Amino acid sequence: MIEAEGLTKQFGAFTAISDVSFAVGRGEIVGFLGPNGAGKSTTMRILAGVFPPTRGRAVVAGYDVVTEAQHARGVVGYFPERIALYTDMTVGSYLSYVAEMKGVARSDSRQQQPELLHTCGLAHMAHRLIGTLSKGYRQRVGIAQALVGSPRVLILDEPTSGLDPEQVAELRSLIRSLRGDRTVILSTHILSEVEATCDHVIIINKGRVLAVDTPHNLNQRLRRTSQIYIEVVGPAAAISDRLRAIPGVLQVERADQAIHVDDANALSVSTEKDRDLRTVIAAAIAAGGWALRELRPVALSLEDIFLAMVAETGQPAATDESIRHLPA
Amino acid sequence: MKAFVICRRELRSYFGSIIAYALLAVFLLLSGYFFYSDLIFFILFGGYVLPTGLWQYVFMDMRLCALLVLPLVTMRLFAEEKKLGTIELMWTYPVSDGAIVMGKFLAAWIFFLIMLLPTLLNPLVFYRFYHFDIGPLAAAYLGIFLLGTAFIACGIFVSSLTENQVVSAMVTYGILVFFWFVTWNEEVAQQQIVRALLRLSLFDHFFNFSRGVIDTRDIVYFALFVGFFLFLTVQSLSARAWRGVN
Repeated sequence: MIEAEGLTKQFGAFTAISDVSFAVGRGEIVGFLGPNGAGKSTTMRILAGVFPPTRGRAVVAGYDVVTEAQHARGVVGYFPERIALYTDMTVGSYLSYVAEMKGVARSDSRQQQPELLHTCGLAHMAHRLIGTLSKGYRQRVGIAQALVGSPRVLILDEPTSGLDPEQVAELRSLIRSLRGDRTVILSTHILSEVEATCDHVIIINKGRVLAVDTPHNLNQRLRRTSQIYIEVVGPAAAISDRLRAIPGVLQVERADQAIHVDDANALSVSTEKDRDLRTVIAAAIAAGGWALRELRPVALSLEDIFLAMVAETGQPAATDESIRHLPA
Repeated sequence: MKAFVICRRELRSYFGSIIAYALLAVFLLLSGYFFYSDLIFFILFGGYVLPTGLWQYVFMDMRLCALLVLPLVTMRLFAEEKKLGTIELMWTYPVSDGAIVMGKFLAAWIFFLIMLLPTLLNPLVFYRFYHFDIGPLAAAYLGIFLLGTAFIACGIFVSSLTENQVVSAMVTYGILVFFWFVTWNEEVAQQQIVRALLRLSLFDHFFNFSRGVIDTRDIVYFALFVGFFLFLTVQSLSARAWRGVN
């Protein structure tokens, strides 16, 4: 549904993105992940038709975003990073205007608007001036604007930034509900967001794609050890020694994220990759006569993955090479 | 046509704010006063020929009112959208840059027509007392209409260059006033380049109209002027390819 081939964008001497390539299949939700200034917005703007790439080619739903710009824009709904709306219009009249701009027939637009307002949680806001809305509601109007005309491709640039947790949850479930026909690219620098909503992740840093994969595969690939988190009541030194004696356990260290309220020890146990030692550990603690309060495997968070990725490919010279053997 | 959608939104925006009414009021009050004083002058000093004795003065004065007001009408067209960032979404809708420029141009143009329309009342009242020949007056109106259109085209172009509305208005004034003043010291101008500029002066091309003379060369001049600046505006919008959005 979306193909990017060697997209490069330069503004004067500044290179915003360099040789960005990826493909997104129909109906997929893809997360675009990277720190601020990584080139996420630039890539999305090219896909949305805001400006053409300096080099490279992007095809959306079969339309080249440069040579068939009008067709490509017709199938894309875009939510910009800095959402700016006409504050002197009401929500309803603004969405009607957007429908006209997108070439939606007036009868269709009139029919679809109530549903659209409802989907975006704006049902009671249709007659409010946009200028009087709170940030969260403006954000929703921005999402509604992108959805006008039921575009096949949605490009959402940091759609959850500036929303409160409840609104973030609502928006995520809204995005997930679009799964199926719609292809969605959403960018974020919040990693849990990608884990929560996306089928695939594109990791981008300093204008270059570092990895394209599922969150699960990335987890597998970058994991060097398995982590188990345990909480045990008992003497810390003795417990650590006991656990280290178990074959397959590599390291035992105090888990820093734990809050110590009593004499319980929060420990992080590193074991050999793909070796489940949970029962052995539990048995060892029971044999020592200590009380086991919690035991759970720790999945590598995308944050860890991201840091590992950036560390792995941090040097610009190394980046080129690492891209080559990444799945695209 | 997407241009009409844009035009309608712009007009709604104009009349949804106090600016439109303030500009209208200033334009109508000034041009009304000028008509009154020019008419008194014509009567007191015993004028006989309406086109050169009255209309010429009325429209030379109305020209000043248009010069004062129109840059304030056009200053916001692109500058405001760039400042707010609303222009970015516009670029993601299936609409060409040409249609965007046309829509905005059309809106300012209709606003100018709405401004011009009530001024017809002045000669209309006058006509009740004195049945004059309508031809020269119509020619003068055509002239002010073309001149205003040229102001608007120039103003839209400048507005597309900046996101600051005050800068937009000031630079438009600068360009238009230069085109006006450049002929004042015609005799002194020796260099070829200044001589060439003289021929480009907006206001000289308006002079014939104000006396009731329609010259196709003047019409062609205005058409080229407007076309040139609208073309530049479209080019200026496409500069986002290398300048970026912000």
